[in-house]
Amino acid sequence: MQKIPQWADVVLVPLISLLLAAIISALVILAIGQDPVEAVKLMVIGALGSTYGWGYTLYYTTNFIFTGLAVSVAFHAKLFNIGGEGQAMIGGLGVAIAALYIPWPHWSIALLACTCFAAIFGALWGYLPAILQAKRGSHIVITTIMFNFIAAGLLNYVLVNVMRPPTSMDPATASFPPATHLPTLHDLLLPLGINFSRTAPANITLLIALLAAVFVWLLIWRTRLGYSIRSFGQSGSAAQYAGINPVRITIITMLISGGLAGMMSINTTMGEAERLILNAPEGAGFIGIAVALMGRSHPLGVVLASLLFGFLYQGGAELAMWMAIPRELIVVIQALVILFTGALDNMVRMPIEAFFAALRKSGDAK
Amino acid sequence: MTINDQKGRRETVAPAIELVGISKAFGAVQANKDISIRVMPGTIHGIIGENGAGKSTLMSILYGYYKADKGEIFIKGNQTTIPNSEAAIAAGIGMVFQHFKLVQNFTVLENVILGVEDGAMLRPSLTKARKSLTELAKEYELSVDPDAKIEDLSVGHQQRVEILKALYRHANVLILDEPTGVLTPAEANQLFRILQRLRDEGKTILLITHKLREIMDITETVSVMRRGEMVTTVTTSKTSPAELAELMVGREVLLRVDKKPAKPGAKILDVENLRVVDEAGIERLKGVNLHVCAGEILGIAGVAGNGQSELLAALGGYQKATGTVKINNKLIDVGGAFQGQNRRADGLSHVPEDRQHEGLIMEFTAWENLVFGYHHDADIQNGIFMNNAAIRDEAQAKMERFDIRPPDPRLKARNFSGGNQQKIVLAREIERDPEILLVGQPTRGVDIGAIEFIHQQIMTLKDKGKAILLVSVELDEVLSLSDRIAVMFDGSIMGERLANKTNEKELGLLMAGVKTGTN
Repeated sequence: MQKIPQWADVVLVPLISLLLAAIISALVILAIGQDPVEAVKLMVIGALGSTYGWGYTLYYTTNFIFTGLAVSVAFHAKLFNIGGEGQAMIGGLGVAIAALYIPWPHWSIALLACTCFAAIFGALWGYLPAILQAKRGSHIVITTIMFNFIAAGLLNYVLVNVMRPPTSMDPATASFPPATHLPTLHDLLLPLGINFSRTAPANITLLIALLAAVFVWLLIWRTRLGYSIRSFGQSGSAAQYAGINPVRITIITMLISGGLAGMMSINTTMGEAERLILNAPEGAGFIGIAVALMGRSHPLGVVLASLLFGFLYQGGAELAMWMAIPRELIVVIQALVILFTGALDNMVRMPIEAFFAALRKSGDAK
Repeated sequence: MTINDQKGRRETVAPAIELVGISKAFGAVQANKDISIRVMPGTIHGIIGENGAGKSTLMSILYGYYKADKGEIFIKGNQTTIPNSEAAIAAGIGMVFQHFKLVQNFTVLENVILGVEDGAMLRPSLTKARKSLTELAKEYELSVDPDAKIEDLSVGHQQRVEILKALYRHANVLILDEPTGVLTPAEANQLFRILQRLRDEGKTILLITHKLREIMDITETVSVMRRGEMVTTVTTSKTSPAELAELMVGREVLLRVDKKPAKPGAKILDVENLRVVDEAGIERLKGVNLHVCAGEILGIAGVAGNGQSELLAALGGYQKATGTVKINNKLIDVGGAFQGQNRRADGLSHVPEDRQHEGLIMEFTAWENLVFGYHHDADIQNGIFMNNAAIRDEAQAKMERFDIRPPDPRLKARNFSGGNQQKIVLAREIERDPEILLVGQPTRGVDIGAIEFIHQQIMTLKDKGKAILLVSVELDEVLSLSDRIAVMFDGSIMGERLANKTNEKELGLLMAGVKTGTN
């Protein structure tokens, strides 16, 4: 029997968690002598009040959808992939190689190919920890964290010593050729008569992210592989009884997870920077963990949670720019949201469960 | 105080526990309906009922886990409330749960004092507990090494630690929830001796079980529960297993299985020199030879832990082994640990011993569980996707045929009772029409009504000419279902007997590793 109705589980619990996070954030803003109402206004207007704001919000959202999906897929196999950050970095390397060294006739073909490169490179970076976990029992949490550092080091070396144009002082690749430049939302929406901001970085990758969410949903709930992944995640001993090979599932799951994280780099590297820079993911790999937690590892939840975090990112940037609220406080607000929606979920859930139980009882009594 | 002559004292002594008009509802489910019960001090009082009858809820109310919606609790004649387990302990009530609540890597002493330490430093508590444990051991023949770690103890000894924990907290009333579910027959007998000793020393024991035999053997009084209601309370010596079974289920129950003589056909499963070495390098199977023919049941008897689990796992394809195994004369690869799919393709189905950890995924819905292991079968695919609608329809039909209640395929496995969970596994494995069925502990933790049904299903399958290998630690079950019986001891087959030409005594000797003449 369901303890609480589904709508309460999916909508009410996260909403109340968010509200709590907002209240405490407001108190913190009050404590440093700023006006929380003004801050909220600024965040909403900055993130959602213009197509420029939306353009940034959706740009961040795109990143978080990819990394959130990556963490979710691994979650279903009870694998905790903390390595989204590194996988996205290496995915970016794949994008850069494909975009710089292969001449592409049209952005659409380039996008397709670069997506494959990003996924393959990201998957490879997930494959190594998977092998170590499946064959050697090295815990995947530890190895994926380590691989983030290795990825950063590797990228640093490649950018400084190999791919940096000889005349440049910047540890980044040369700009990608114009044929690989992706259409922004401005370009896509103009034919529909919508004049979307020209300068905002949101681009066609958003659609790929949404497609990826549909793909993950189909994979997890409609295919044999997804069934096996979930079986393995829920009960390793039962999966073995059923003849599901844990080594195989671990590796395949991490390939998919790493691939999804890697695909994030299309958005940052191909869509926004149009060249590979150091630290392109900017922590989106870690935000993916919070997004997956908040979205309960369900693709729809991940998309919604990504939108929220996109809003927080863009709104937070506006706050830092226009109010005397330091950049660090934005991180505090984001942390509070993660804390309440992820870690303290039960704190909100239990009173709600008790409330519904009492409601049911009084309903029975009548 | 010893009360062996209860009759004379019943009127004068207040009941150790008296519950009056207890009701408890979970949402729409009325788990306990107006329950009244009197438990006299110095007796072993049995509470029997099928899974879901409300026994555990009642005990949870008594132990302060749940609060009753209505009703009163009297302890030694005084009305009390028990808002939490601390209050229960203070009132002298101790509980031994079905699944022990022990810290595995703590010693016995550390577990005993856990939660009742006298101060910030452990040493004085440990010293006190050691002394107290020595006394308890002497008084009740409850000897356990106080410095042994829990993980190194046998299940029977772990249970003793649970009892010691309760006694250390000065429990006068001891509640045991299905205490023999995890014990070997010998361990169960030991437990019963301990319980009788405790009773003789004046403690009151509440024994919750669904095993009629235990009730008949050691209780003085038995209360029967059915569907949340207290059906009756009777003196054990004035009732019979058949009557109790009928009271529990609400209809007449066949306690004996109707076994037709076997007509063995061709050899379906042929096992030669099967060996299993576990990860620690210990040889668990030491060259097992056996065969099962079409239309017969080969029962494997033996005390748990003598290689039966490894035998099932190796044959089921998830335990590496060596040796020659043939199904329908086809040589089978037993060298891999992930061969489950191949086994099913070869016509072998397997109802595993542990349905909660192997047979089912508790968080999956019934329909997902009803296809578990067969999810690669061609008839439930729809291109690259699984045909979930077809699987659900099939699940619905299976649930009706196997009388799985409630018949809702979208319910999670964990929401079904033990008997219905087992029926889900059985339905899945039988309905795919195997050549040979491996069955491990088919009725462990299953209520009487479901046991009858499960036994009938196994018999029907045999009568259809299928081969069945049955492993059970319940000797009664092996005897009543099997045509031939092989006894396992220490990883080997000690001997094989025809079921109608042997008896419990002979098998018991073989189970203890004593070789006798063959028939």
